[in-house]
Amino acid sequence: MSAAIEFRELSFVTPQGRVLLDKISLALEDGTTTAILGRSGSGKTTLLRTVNRMVEPSGGEVLVHGESTRAANLIALRRGIGYVIQETGLFPHFTVERNVGLVPEIEGAPRAGRVQRSHDLLATVGLDPASFARRYPHQLSGGQRQRVGLARALAAEPGILLMDEPFGALDPLTRAEMQDMLRRLLARLKKTVLLVTHDLDEALYLADRIVLLSEGRLVTDLAASEFLHAPQSEVQSYIRAFHRGERSAEEGIAASSASTGGEN
Amino acid sequence: MTAGFLSQYGGEIAELTIEHLWLTGAAMLFAAAIAIPAGIWLTRSPRWAKPVIAIANILQTIPSLAMFGFLLPLPWLGERAARIAIVALTAYALLPILRNTYAGIRGIDPAVVEVAQALGLTGRQRLFKVELPLAASFILAGLRTATVTCVGIATIAAAVGAGGLGELIFRGVASVDNRLVLAGAIPAALLALAADGGLGLLERWFQPPTK
Repeated sequence: MSAAIEFRELSFVTPQGRVLLDKISLALEDGTTTAILGRSGSGKTTLLRTVNRMVEPSGGEVLVHGESTRAANLIALRRGIGYVIQETGLFPHFTVERNVGLVPEIEGAPRAGRVQRSHDLLATVGLDPASFARRYPHQLSGGQRQRVGLARALAAEPGILLMDEPFGALDPLTRAEMQDMLRRLLARLKKTVLLVTHDLDEALYLADRIVLLSEGRLVTDLAASEFLHAPQSEVQSYIRAFHRGERSAEEGIAASSASTGGEN
Repeated sequence: MTAGFLSQYGGEIAELTIEHLWLTGAAMLFAAAIAIPAGIWLTRSPRWAKPVIAIANILQTIPSLAMFGFLLPLPWLGERAARIAIVALTAYALLPILRNTYAGIRGIDPAVVEVAQALGLTGRQRLFKVELPLAASFILAGLRTATVTCVGIATIAAAVGAGGLGELIFRGVASVDNRLVLAGAIPAALLALAADGGLGLLERWFQPPTK
């Protein structure tokens, strides 16, 4: 299988000399979803942003569909890559419909086709075009805004989707709905997805592969099914940190039922 | 008495009001044509923002009578009083427009600007589809401040013979005739209020929809 995105010894050093990415090599197969886990400051977002050159790497290179992004036309490169971020960045002065249809609009698509495409995309992300197309972003809930952001990212029919903590600001129930929607959508559309998240469950639920970064280094690159059993201490401490609450609650129940033991 | 005064000076008041409007309007057009592009350029090269805004700031601190005086001996400008007036008023109008254009664009939600870049909008598309529409009400607010200030300062242009409503005020002061002073001052004040109200409406019209 060919790689849709390939990082080759990619490094990024801030002007102050801090190493955010340290020779990362990683290939993402076409049509798969890869989650990047790691602490805040581990370099996840920086790595994602090198793909559409929102960040220019200090060393190494990124290949998109086999071609170095350095040589690519920046505008064409970016239009071929969907981009979804936690803050959504919806254009507050445009209706939902125009937000979604903006890339077709700047590419000169005729209005009728654009509107139709926006409405189709809204339906794809689970928003009824009849009631949402004419609204403005400030009239939407957080989850709805995120759906519009996703629809907008899909408008140019990109083969690649970059998603940076897309559901990070949502409550757990809304987040679960969004994850369901995204999973169904990806099963159908076969995009190559790079998903940055803190959320281990989200990574396990959505991703084919899970990559763990720590202080700019790549710790593991594993199939999602192998991740929980990976021997590396960084992986295990990440998993333990994530399930603390659950364990503590269960131990609490165990302890209290032990102390009142003999009742049944 | 009042009726007699108006029939005597009515025509002149109207003429001078139009002259006043013309001086201010021309200066506003020049100032906007300089300061809006300059403000946009500063958002692209922010290291120049401080020095450039400082220069506009200094221009504004020059006392207006002195400003008209400075321009008087200049070759082409000094020949016509109206030219002096328009250049001086333009100089005063630069700062509010420049500052608000710069701050309006810099104040846009960074996530919005980031996504505009990441979606592959060219610099020009980002400017015209996203940045200028979102900063428009801010830029208009700067234009409004500038206009109101300049309607007032334009009365002093009569000191160098550029005409406008200041002429009545200066004549009234010289002949100790309060009616003449008011005949210049009241229309000037009304012009300022009208500009303030009109541009204020336009500003609200361009406000992006929010809660």
